[in-house]
Amino acid sequence: MPIEVGGKSLETDEEGYLANLSEWSEEAATALAEAEGIDMSTNHWEVVNFLREYYEEYQIAPAVRVLTKAIGKKLGKDKGNSKYLYELFPYGPAKQACKIAGLPKPTGCV
Amino acid sequence: MSVTKKLMYINRRAPYGTIYAWESLEVVLIGAAFEQDVSMAFIDDGIYQLLKGQDTNDIGMKNFSPTYSALGDFEVTQIFVEKESLEARGLALDDLMHLTYEDEDEDYAEKDSIKVVSSSELADIMEQQDVLYNF
Repeated sequence: MPIEVGGKSLETDEEGYLANLSEWSEEAATALAEAEGIDMSTNHWEVVNFLREYYEEYQIAPAVRVLTKAIGKKLGKDKGNSKYLYELFPYGPAKQACKIAGLPKPTGCV
Repeated sequence: MSVTKKLMYINRRAPYGTIYAWESLEVVLIGAAFEQDVSMAFIDDGIYQLLKGQDTNDIGMKNFSPTYSALGDFEVTQIFVEKESLEARGLALDDLMHLTYEDEDEDYAEKDSIKVVSSSELADIMEQQDVLYNF
């Protein structure tokens, strides 16, 4: 189902992931988050921006375990645990945060 | 119910032209998420998968070589390259990407993932595996 962002219609796959990575914008992220019932806070953006940087560098989205470890290293130990990430993204940090970040579904996310 | 198996993924083909290299890499990353003891071997033209400075612009395929650098994050830290295959192609370790991991037991010291081994050493390592996957 396509999502409407700023008068533009963005194609998504059947699970709601953006079909075209390059169409992502902060506006699109907010709309994707809304569809997930998430109100984007600074903490949410931190994770989403981290994921985009990770993807830029490695061309894949990290698995949850990798994400947790990497977030802890970059944003501090108090944030590098699954409890913190699940509080931000209740339906799975990797799945939901990747969707909002406009990335494909993470490898190893079964 | 968690039995850790020693899994080795053997890569023998050039990175582009067939889907084997990318499929192998994806399976490795998935296998690593299940906390198995994963290693990779690069033999024959498989060596080219690890080559530095890959550029796929002219062949219209995604350059997935940056993804090999993420293997350390996924705790895939044993990457064996066969010495004979390197030499036969006029290549040296310096021609390959510098893949590293952080050793949690040694205060996150950065260590090299790639080990160049001879054909007979590699045969011994293969002997110790529970499962070998050929790509």
